[in-house]
Amino acid sequence: MLSRVAENIYWLARYVERAENTARLVRVNSNLLLDTPRGIEPGWKPLVEITGLHDQFFSTEREPNERNIVRFLIGDANNPGSILSSLASARENCRTVREVLPRQSWERLNELYLFAKENIQSGLTKGGRDDFLDGIIQGSQGIVGLLGAVMYRDQAWHFARLGRNLERADMTTRIIDVRSTDLFPNDLLESRSLDTLQWISVLRSLNGYQAYRRQVAIRVSRADVLSFLFHDASFPRSFMHCLDAVDESVWVLDDSGPATRGIREFKRKLLKINVGEMNQASLHEFIDELQIDIGRLHSHLVKTFFPPPLKLDETA
Amino acid sequence: MPIELKEYDPGRFFDEMMVRKNRARPLAKELIGLFRRMNDGELAKRQAAADLAIKEMGVTFTVYNEDEGMIDRNWPFDIVPRIIDKKEWDGVEAGLKQRVRALNMFIDDLYHQQKIIKDGVFPAEVLAESKNFRPQCVGVKPPQGIWAHICGSDLVRDAEGTLLVLEDNLRVPSGVSYMLENRLVTKRVFPELFESYAPLPIGDYPTQLYEMLAGLSPRKVKRPKVAVLTPGIYNSAYFEHAYLAMEMGAELVEGSDLFVEKDDCVYMRTVSGPERVDVIYRRIDDEFIDPEVFRKDSALGVPGLIRAWKAGNVGLANAPGAGVADDKVVYAFVPDIIRYYLDEEPGIPNVPTYRCMYKEEREYVLAHLDELVVKPANESGGYGMMIGPRATKAERKQFEKLIRRNPRNYIAQPTLDISTVPTVVGHTLEPRHVDLRPFILSGRDISVTTGGLTRVALRKGSLVVNSSQGGGSKDTWVVDTEN
Repeated sequence: MLSRVAENIYWLARYVERAENTARLVRVNSNLLLDTPRGIEPGWKPLVEITGLHDQFFSTEREPNERNIVRFLIGDANNPGSILSSLASARENCRTVREVLPRQSWERLNELYLFAKENIQSGLTKGGRDDFLDGIIQGSQGIVGLLGAVMYRDQAWHFARLGRNLERADMTTRIIDVRSTDLFPNDLLESRSLDTLQWISVLRSLNGYQAYRRQVAIRVSRADVLSFLFHDASFPRSFMHCLDAVDESVWVLDDSGPATRGIREFKRKLLKINVGEMNQASLHEFIDELQIDIGRLHSHLVKTFFPPPLKLDETA
Repeated sequence: MPIELKEYDPGRFFDEMMVRKNRARPLAKELIGLFRRMNDGELAKRQAAADLAIKEMGVTFTVYNEDEGMIDRNWPFDIVPRIIDKKEWDGVEAGLKQRVRALNMFIDDLYHQQKIIKDGVFPAEVLAESKNFRPQCVGVKPPQGIWAHICGSDLVRDAEGTLLVLEDNLRVPSGVSYMLENRLVTKRVFPELFESYAPLPIGDYPTQLYEMLAGLSPRKVKRPKVAVLTPGIYNSAYFEHAYLAMEMGAELVEGSDLFVEKDDCVYMRTVSGPERVDVIYRRIDDEFIDPEVFRKDSALGVPGLIRAWKAGNVGLANAPGAGVADDKVVYAFVPDIIRYYLDEEPGIPNVPTYRCMYKEEREYVLAHLDELVVKPANESGGYGMMIGPRATKAERKQFEKLIRRNPRNYIAQPTLDISTVPTVVGHTLEPRHVDLRPFILSGRDISVTTGGLTRVALRKGSLVVNSSQGGGSKDTWVVDTEN
């Protein structure tokens, strides 16, 4: 498989996953706020930090209010991380790799991009937001499902799986981070039922509530939720599940390279830690650390599989 | 409201589906009948279904627009198929095979002994002026002596209903992917007509293309590595490059994915290291294909590719230099070329063409400038042309001067009344002009697509079928009426 093609597939999968998870992120925040008692005004501003897009957002002068932040995250063509930009980038990447993906994947992705583009105005209204986000999530799942159901398990498949799972691991930590940052004043959090409601929201936004209820406990507690979302390898959006998938695919592609060694080390580190015991501040720090580790893993992949093409004068 | 064809008026043109108002040709009776039973809402609904299918399938072509930069337009498609009788098509197919066989012999001759020039059939001065003759290719022996493996010849039907060849595209002809996609869309839109008409299938083109390309492999392996070389996503035909690579299970590569090693073999950069490439279907013009040999500033090509090809280590289709026969003056000689190499009469006539290099023909042209179209030999896209009936007196004077100064650079043809086919316009059908591009594959055998790509000028009265200028396309059905 061509290095250029492998890299495009990897990014294609990342961008689709990013669009889906950005939708989940906006949705969990909206839901958290709906459960909040009147009179409290926790901001949308933390989302800009959580997505790592602080500089991007503040590069133009605008109020960090709900309207502006939601627009920035879902429909801003100048924000490379917005849902619309992610889908546009996914589509650009797909365009160059159509011949190695199942034919319908381009059609589905094209449809999803057109859906986002054509419905963005309604997505920016409060009443239309949920339907829009739902459409994005379903569209993305349709693509992932299609690849899972019909794609030959060749190298292309593994690069798509790598991209999807690295991005999902990263975004899962960001979605957890929404709850871990100080969205709310501390005294409010002492209200037990509010705390529970909020962790339910986080679980729901990751489609994990049902599984948690069945597999872990009926009672929703912070420590159990965190350990479920980080360590339960049987839950497909958990951090550990994503790392396992990355591990398997890297191993198939190159069983002895630095990427394989890097991922094994990463998993060992995660297993040693008990996330449930961490307080909010150290959880937040730990999540930052994980995101840096994911970045490092990405660099290993680039070095191993997608070395930059030689310049003309170097080949001469 | 049912579709009325009382107003349908092809005028002086030959209409392929209708004899006159309200009267369908026998071949088109059922098709036209279906339209008559439809109401206008149904017609619009079917066209909308086709447009949606095209949008969803992502069938696009790329145009460059000053305001928006590069944009992808949906492929404009008209749902009314064009029907051709198999009896007629068999003759066309034989004629195209004959034509391409002769053209390949001609190209091979030009790069070797040039017998046709020595025998006085083809003038040396035409070759001397040829823009697409590549001296770097003299003496090269491509497999089976074939240079133009993929040819797209444009056919038009005149006012009498006779099919004529308008031009041959022997460099990197495009459009075949749209031909294939058009069929898929039509199947979705008119399933009922497929049962009664049973148009002959066209879907085996990618397989035939792959087999022809694989036949050029220097290594005798079971599954030679075939790559489609594209200039990249900004090329107007990128959709087709990706499509064909996908359909053939070939690699779609850009110049920077390939390199030539010291062993004069071509390799591609893969995630598991370099991998040898056996055959390249290149969709990049000669000039850009190898900066070592042609344009030094080309970033699209592969340095050393020509070296590898000459050494016989990689197959290239079409062979560099094949474009020498893709020239308007050469075109005028094709009937002579067929007689010279094959000792046969041409199966499909050319559009009558006057070669200004010959005194008698030149005098005719100069005396009839007001009715002829004058074309320079080596321009394309309509540049430097004069359309006699529309030209001013001053323009005609100017062309008279140009022709006298450099007669071998000009040819002239009568203005053509090309045929029409019913086309959806709003809620009804109107005649629109069409041409036809069949594709001819030459390897150990020669094969011709069943039908080809029908392009249609969607603007009323227009003869311009190019998709960038308001042209669209139709599905083309070759139908066996005897069974």
